[in-house]
Amino acid sequence: MGEGAVVTGFGDAVVYLNDPFNWTRPGGLLDLLVEHLAVSGTAVLAALVLALPLGIALGTSGRGGGAVVVLSNVSRAVPTLALLTLFAVSPIGFGNRATAIALAVFAFPPILTNTYVGFRGVDGDVREAARAMGMTRGQVLRRVDLPLALPLVMTGVRTAAVQVVATAGLAALVGGGGLGRVVNLGFGQQDYGLIIAGAILIAVLALLTELVLVGLTWAVRPGPRRLPFVPGRRRTVRGEPELTATGVPQ
Amino acid sequence: MRPVLSAEAGTSAVLAADAAPNPWFDATYVVDNWDTILRYLGEHVRLTVAAVVIGALIALPLALVARRVRWLAGPVLGFSSIVYTIPSLAMFALIFPFTGLTATTVLVGLVVYSLVILVRNFLTGLQGVPGDVREAAQGMGYGRFRLFWQIELPLALPAFMAGLRIATVSTVALTTVGVLVGHGGLGQLIFGGFNSNFYRAEIVTGAVGCVLLALVADLLLAGAERFLTPWARARS
Repeated sequence: MGEGAVVTGFGDAVVYLNDPFNWTRPGGLLDLLVEHLAVSGTAVLAALVLALPLGIALGTSGRGGGAVVVLSNVSRAVPTLALLTLFAVSPIGFGNRATAIALAVFAFPPILTNTYVGFRGVDGDVREAARAMGMTRGQVLRRVDLPLALPLVMTGVRTAAVQVVATAGLAALVGGGGLGRVVNLGFGQQDYGLIIAGAILIAVLALLTELVLVGLTWAVRPGPRRLPFVPGRRRTVRGEPELTATGVPQ
Repeated sequence: MRPVLSAEAGTSAVLAADAAPNPWFDATYVVDNWDTILRYLGEHVRLTVAAVVIGALIALPLALVARRVRWLAGPVLGFSSIVYTIPSLAMFALIFPFTGLTATTVLVGLVVYSLVILVRNFLTGLQGVPGDVREAAQGMGYGRFRLFWQIELPLALPAFMAGLRIATVSTVALTTVGVLVGHGGLGQLIFGGFNSNFYRAEIVTGAVGCVLLALVADLLLAGAERFLTPWARARS
């Protein structure tokens, strides 16, 4: 594969993306983009509807922590492609419904884990003080627990959403729709331009999702706000180690 | 499920193919295709090990530099999270024009992903070494290399191993996306089964194989960590 082919490939990609007809024609990039976002949105919403109440219930009662950790760990070991394929050949049949279900399964653990940890971490004294001030259980949940847990909950939603938008592209390999179709078509036709154009679109979409949700997290955060990308004065940035797959104690 | 076939359901041949049993798991499939499965498993293991080892070899110096030059820590972590956001499909597709339909395409992509996970955890581990301990060691005349090898590495080992475990498990899962260029290890079974008229036994064998491989690799690394840190065992 010569350098020339690569250069032409990137050139072709730019030409392809610059042609308005490729975007607006029926089944074009805009249609694929809408399909991609619709499937991703449905998956994240479904995961939210299931994971949020469960996470809140488990987090406020403080039970089921072990199960939550094991679930989130094991889910890391399951390849997205495997689940997408399995749902496609199940009675659900392939297409956007199977994709949305498979993606929702992957969006569920991060939202559940972060909601659980967020609500679990609310200081018991603060809760007690709120109760002593005469707040009902519902009020404590809405006006004390929720604001304090919100940053972590949003982290979970962001992780899940970015992952879903990113992996929705894989659905095209097993008969699904979305922007992955462009890449898949490119491989089918050995057209570098198409492959690169599709890859750029998917990557940009994932990065945009991350950016929008970082902004949203910042906007809903209670308390004084500092712009997310402006570092504080003396702040050595620290990485957070992630959980391991089997949850074997270290 | 198969609209194309059902449209011409009048012919008996199609009906027979459609009515053929398609079990979710089939032991005879595994036995009959054992060589093929082993071949793909071997490729999967080779790709994973190579990606994690190469990733670690690049990540360690990067983490050491980012720790020494303090203002570099932010950009390194920020860049690594941006790279981690790039979907695997896009990553492999963007590398493909350079390396073609080879295992190298998959390997390069996997190295990039394991690299960004490892840098994060290596840096966390190194930052977790207490300043007092380093100062005491320097006061005792430890040189830079001995300080790293005898003081910092053992103290940072839990974070290092956690990083290696995550990187390994993620890499095992990600390798399947290599089907895009025909080198997806066990992913070839998943994709191959899908293309062989939705042969479920093949798909499930590939999927279960991936999960088992990830869990076995994680347990092995957890065992290695226990073996490497005997003091942690004595304490608990």
